[in-house]
Amino acid sequence: MARHLVRLGSLGYLALILVAPVGLVFWRAFEHGWHPFWAAISNPDAVHALVLTLEVAAVAVPLNTLFGILCALAIVRHRVPGMGLVNALVDLPLALSPVVVGLALYLLYARDGWFGGHVRVLFAYPGILLATLFVSLPFVVREVVPVLREIGTEQEEAAATLGSSAFATFRRITLPSIRYAVAYGVVLTTARSLGEFGAVSIVSGGIAGRTQTLTQYVQASYENFDQTAAYSASVLLALLAIATVLAMTLLRPRGDRST
Amino acid sequence: MAIEARNVTKRFGDFLALDDVSIDVESGSLTALLGPSGSGKSTLLRVIAGLEVPDAGDVFISGKEATALAPQKRGVGFVFQHYAPFKHMTVRDNVAFGLTIRRRPKQQVRARVDELLELVQLAGLGRRYPAQLSGGQRQRMALARALAPEPEVLLLDEPFGALDARVRKELREWLLRLHDETHVTTIFVTHDQEEALELADSIVVMNNGRVEQTAPPRELYDEPANAFVMSFVGPVNRIGDAWVRPHDVELRHESNGSTQEAWVERVVRLGFETRVDLVRDDGTRLHAQLSRDEADLLELEPGDIIFVRTRNARTFS
Repeated sequence: MARHLVRLGSLGYLALILVAPVGLVFWRAFEHGWHPFWAAISNPDAVHALVLTLEVAAVAVPLNTLFGILCALAIVRHRVPGMGLVNALVDLPLALSPVVVGLALYLLYARDGWFGGHVRVLFAYPGILLATLFVSLPFVVREVVPVLREIGTEQEEAAATLGSSAFATFRRITLPSIRYAVAYGVVLTTARSLGEFGAVSIVSGGIAGRTQTLTQYVQASYENFDQTAAYSASVLLALLAIATVLAMTLLRPRGDRST
Repeated sequence: MAIEARNVTKRFGDFLALDDVSIDVESGSLTALLGPSGSGKSTLLRVIAGLEVPDAGDVFISGKEATALAPQKRGVGFVFQHYAPFKHMTVRDNVAFGLTIRRRPKQQVRARVDELLELVQLAGLGRRYPAQLSGGQRQRMALARALAPEPEVLLLDEPFGALDARVRKELREWLLRLHDETHVTTIFVTHDQEEALELADSIVVMNNGRVEQTAPPRELYDEPANAFVMSFVGPVNRIGDAWVRPHDVELRHESNGSTQEAWVERVVRLGFETRVDLVRDDGTRLHAQLSRDEADLLELEPGDIIFVRTRNARTFS
């Protein structure tokens, strides 16, 4: 009986908090059939926003993955003074409101800021990329660190006594052991990159057809009372999110795998 | 000498793990590093393997200075206490690792792995993953993996520590046979004196980061250098300043000039051996170890009064 209550309670909560709003978005997008939806998302500004969002994610995700693995290795494997600080700093993007991040970048790269005037960063691709990199930085590190701790150093030491160089050991022993954690981190990084709004909206300027990402396109359409466009673009975002969650579920190790 | 450690010192923070340790290991021998936990025996093994860098001292492997040499270049096979299997690789790939990393021809790798799997009695299990093996099988896989690149020296860290008693006994016998066949110089770490006495040609007893004594098993048992070694390599009674082994406590029904009266507290019959706990009239507690026949002749029961005499008592300054 208690088990049923728990199940009912958790499902009800999920339905109320998650499924209802997302379902509503889908319903509103397809309220008048397939055609208005298609018209809304094939609009050049919408297509541009989608492409820009994917372009940003395509650079931010590999960069943060590479950094994340190196950073996790440094935190766990090398007892270097200062690593404790790095470990704490990595969490900063999780704690800091994205708006603050956007503002900081704005101040740094504005014409009269510290780095202003050298390269065009604000209201352009580099600014959007920097903001996205910042907010999606912690995920790979946070996923990989506990797994690295858990597998310990014995397998790597065993490989060394068997004649394996440091790089070969990383490629053949360490990387396969952390692959699920890395994959999971990549999925989370991707989801965060695609969905980022706060930091990006400050540095990108949100110029339609030029520096507008998909999330900003949703907001702009909504503010212009173009609800069909807003809901249709939201559906696109939701589909991307569902795809990443699906990928995450498929990548999650089965019960018989230890890492 | 296959392995020499000269005045090796190693600290971990405030903890002195190795304090001016020197050992010589003869080529082809089977040597035990015996000591309680925290005595530095595993650290010494890791220093020899190159997994720890000593703060002071030198290590020589086959006569060559190896102190600063990376573990990859030492020609040492190492078996970890928990075997450190590569979990994502099959048994076959685990064993082959040391060969594929050296880019040996495939044909040669296959032949060598087959030979080793046969040797460690794992032929037919090559396609399994380590998680699908029993503890003893995992242990043998780790041995085969360490032996694959034909190391000059085999180092085993508590090789039987994590196994149950029966498997442990089987593997001990098996390791002896393996050593007789391969003659690779082997050092193993253990805290089990019986294991050391049974397997090793030479035993290094360690305590608090120092070497207490190095000797063949029999000499170690009969001529312990100090009280620590005496009490670590076998059971002992302490009578004042003297140390006596339980099998050197003689029991008889009649008194003579050299006996003392004692009260039988407990009698434990363990198959062929009988253990008797005694309290002497001066209050000293004694353990005696008798063969079953001796004990049966004395017809000992708790509460009996008996006369005891000790042989081969040792004192250490």
